Amino acid sequence: MRLPPREAAINIRGLRKAFSGQPVYSGFDLDVRRGDILAIFGPNGCGKSTLINMAAGLLARDGGEILYDGREVGEVRIGYVFQNYREALFPWRRAADNVRYPLRLQGLPRAAAEARLEALAAMFRVRFDLNRYPYELSGGQQQLVSIMRALAVEPEVLFLDEPFSALDFETTLSLRALLQQVLKELRVTTILVSHDLEESIVLADRLLMLTRRPTTVAADVPVPLPWPRGTEVLSHPDFVAIKARCLSVFEQAVAA
Amino acid sequence: MRAAVAPALGALGFVLFWQVAVWLRVADPVLLPAPAEAFRDTWQAFAGGTLAHDTWRTVQRTALSFAIATAIGVPLGVALGAQERLYRGVEFVVDFFRSTPASALFPLFLILFGPGEGTKVAVAAFGAALVILFNAAYGVINARRTRVLAARVMGASSARILRDVLVWEAMPQILVGMRAGVSLALVIVVVAEMFIGSTDGLGHRVINAQMLFESGLMYGAIFVAGALGYGLNLLFLMAEKRFVHWAGR
Repeated sequence: MRLPPREAAINIRGLRKAFSGQPVYSGFDLDVRRGDILAIFGPNGCGKSTLINMAAGLLARDGGEILYDGREVGEVRIGYVFQNYREALFPWRRAADNVRYPLRLQGLPRAAAEARLEALAAMFRVRFDLNRYPYELSGGQQQLVSIMRALAVEPEVLFLDEPFSALDFETTLSLRALLQQVLKELRVTTILVSHDLEESIVLADRLLMLTRRPTTVAADVPVPLPWPRGTEVLSHPDFVAIKARCLSVFEQAVAA
Repeated sequence: MRAAVAPALGALGFVLFWQVAVWLRVADPVLLPAPAEAFRDTWQAFAGGTLAHDTWRTVQRTALSFAIATAIGVPLGVALGAQERLYRGVEFVVDFFRSTPASALFPLFLILFGPGEGTKVAVAAFGAALVILFNAAYGVINARRTRVLAARVMGASSARILRDVLVWEAMPQILVGMRAGVSLALVIVVVAEMFIGSTDGLGHRVINAQMLFESGLMYGAIFVAGALGYGLNLLFLMAEKRFVHWAGR
């Protein structure tokens, strides 16, 4: 699916990356539609995180281009939520100061930053005390703070690297519901890496299935389920059909 | 309150052990006076002002050398740690001198700083600075990579990352280094006071009392030095708990 730059938030062309001579990407193309939530799913080690790390400018690529409406990543506001919230939050700052940090980096005036913090807290219906230190919060609360920090700067693109994998099932369900609501409300272009197929389908407008290395697209699956998607969507016939299709694609991708 | 019971009992046991040794005449009473006698001599020396002055001088020298060591060791360690390749280059030299007994450097420093105050403070500062530098550098080198990436993805420059992330990441290790450094500084200062033309300080008092067979005072001065070391260690432990309450959590 090729999108013109106006409709696309990201255009990736001819991406190349190898680790110690082993190619992961050799000429990879991808366009992500503005406002879409794209989930990336694939076998272990196929380079899902590598892809978003290159897109986020955290990892150098060997070749090709990744453009945000024609601009390099350094000129774009992005948000990134790491898998391990314990290692991603700044434990020496209170939760609220963690969220304020990127706003301070951008030189936002104090009043505007406070307004932004309050808006985020309202949007995520935060009921715990943001003036606590991260280690005083539960895992789910810490990851919620990470997500708020990533969204604080109103990013053009949000990257989520297995954001729920360190959380228990109950927390995952509620955080997932909250996140999809906010992302759809804000219409943030989002790229989600997940190792949970069900989660990928529930959260995504579009699911990209990747093959083993060297990585190519095994299937590009639209997920036209209605929003919001609660737990009832899990038994929706369309959901079940999409999941069945993805599973068979996945099995082929792993077997190949 | 209860936490203090066990150490108090331990100390009491030690004094009792000492008293028993005196009763059994394990050593000549001139060399091993009774605890009460040692305590009385020490108290008198304190009341007379000499031992208090010695303690104060030792504290002053230790504090000065520690302050110099911190002022040099922390910034240099952080800077070297941020440039890991550079640190690997100087690591051997740092490790070598860190492992060299500081007392072996006295003659060299005597040439450089003369027989006065300078040498005592300089050797202690030198030894402590290396320990602090080493710990600060390792604190920075072992900073969680994810936090650095998180800052970078939020648009922090290298200078901001150093100031907002690396220094904080290294803080627990820096404080460990400072605790080790202040202990080492005290050790070196006391040794220096014994052997490098001193007229005061706990080291001077200990060796002077020994030569004059003032055994009670000698033990007293030793215990004051011990209390000083213990107190400094405790002070830094408390500071660690307070200032890096978030460490490891």
